[in-house]
Amino acid sequence: MEYMLLIHSDPTGWASLTETQRAQGLAAYGAYTEALRKAEVLRGSNRLRPADASTTVRVREGKTEVLNGPFIETREQLGGYYLIDVTDLDAALGWAARCPGASHGSVEVRPVWAM
Amino acid sequence: MTSAAEAAEAAARRSYGKLVAILAARTGDVAGAEDALSEAFGAALADWPVRGVPATAEAWLLTVARRRIVDAVRRRQQDDDASRHFALLEELAEPADANALPDRRLELLFACAHPGIDRQAHAPLMLQTVLGFDAGTIASAFLVAPAAMGQRLVRAKAKIRQAGIGFRVPGPAELPPRLDSVLEAIYAAYAEGWTDGGGADPRRRNLAEEAIWLGRLVAALLPGEAEALGLLALMLHAHARRAARRDARGEYVPIAAQEVSRWDAAMIDEAEGLLHRANAFASPGRYQLEAALQSAHSVRRAGAPVPWAAIVGLYDALQALSPSPVTALNRAVASAEVQGPAAALAALDALGSDARLRDYQPYWAARAELLARAGHAAQARAAYERAIGLERDEAVRRFLQQRAALL
Repeated sequence: MEYMLLIHSDPTGWASLTETQRAQGLAAYGAYTEALRKAEVLRGSNRLRPADASTTVRVREGKTEVLNGPFIETREQLGGYYLIDVTDLDAALGWAARCPGASHGSVEVRPVWAM
Repeated sequence: MTSAAEAAEAAARRSYGKLVAILAARTGDVAGAEDALSEAFGAALADWPVRGVPATAEAWLLTVARRRIVDAVRRRQQDDDASRHFALLEELAEPADANALPDRRLELLFACAHPGIDRQAHAPLMLQTVLGFDAGTIASAFLVAPAAMGQRLVRAKAKIRQAGIGFRVPGPAELPPRLDSVLEAIYAAYAEGWTDGGGADPRRRNLAEEAIWLGRLVAALLPGEAEALGLLALMLHAHARRAARRDARGEYVPIAAQEVSRWDAAMIDEAEGLLHRANAFASPGRYQLEAALQSAHSVRRAGAPVPWAAIVGLYDALQALSPSPVTALNRAVASAEVQGPAAALAALDALGSDARLRDYQPYWAARAELLARAGHAAQARAAYERAIGLERDEAVRRFLQQRAALL
């Protein structure tokens, strides 16, 4: 069954890290990605650019609105995702807990509709 | 908080499991007992601030909860055999003798860990019914979705009632396997608490302590069972080192580098005393052996070197008793201290095909450490990388990264 692990975190936390800590953090993500790959559960993954690079579109009553930034205003922002294929939710939660993002921000685990 | 609310909360902490056990023992309906008790606590919060806290709070709660159960049973009466229910009603209507509330928590523990119930529900069910943990807290501690944990608990309670699982301590013939289930569930609860190395999550820290509390309860109620004493000794030994597992900056400290002065000496002494008492029964078991392994590390308190050859022997005994890939892994790691890293690596290679170890962080960390000591830096780096990717705990992740950087 497929699950999307959505990594939400407060980008100011990342910005306040030292260069070494940041390198360590990226390496931890690299190792995590590799562990998912070796376990043969990884379907896809991407790191997203910061939310201030985001533009939101919505159409209301025929009028198109284009907004600067993400639609939702929270300190925590979607920073990336992993799409994994595991047996059940408990297995997905096990992988989510190992995600470096779970140690600072939060990792949302969403089942994917089967196509 | 008012003093009445405080009294209700204190009574809940002290007696929740005791009251659930008494209420459920006769009806076999754990969920019904919990509902009735929660209504009784609700009634206490309304009644006590007005009329004062009764001298025997537990007896008061028990009486109210029993009345609720009687009402519930009456409502169901027409569906079932009437005479059975009348007998039950009479029994439940008995006034509670405050001075002689029976302790039926052990019976409740045996019902929760009955082999007829899904094994994965054993520990959560005990935490909920005996300690009053809510399903959300349990789900988070066991890394399970809250809805799934709620269902698991509901199903388990329905099974107790519908299958007529008895509230009794098994007789001598049945006791050993049943006691195993109870001890295993307590240990599972402890292990979940222990994985929170930093002790940052209060719910988890709580879990380890509550598991020790359950271990004490079983050891006190079954003082002649060596394994019950062994499990308590094991948990106390491990818990005695909790402060030493992180340094002042919150960094992970492996056992070999821990400052023995930060170990809890009184707790280790208590563990040693329990292990000694258990040994007198001359019936070694898994928990006594694991406690003995912990005890072997504790000799460092007296400045003595860790007796690695004895540790390898203990792992052999453990492996003979209950074979597991994790025991084999630990044995291999200990053998490196006696025979050197090459022999240990060969043992690890033999284990490498076991699927259960493939995504097991300690396997890769051990492999990395041994490869580094044997001088295979590139392979060690790759193994560290794998371990880092599998680790949950940020401090341990940093520790592994630092080790890899030293290569």
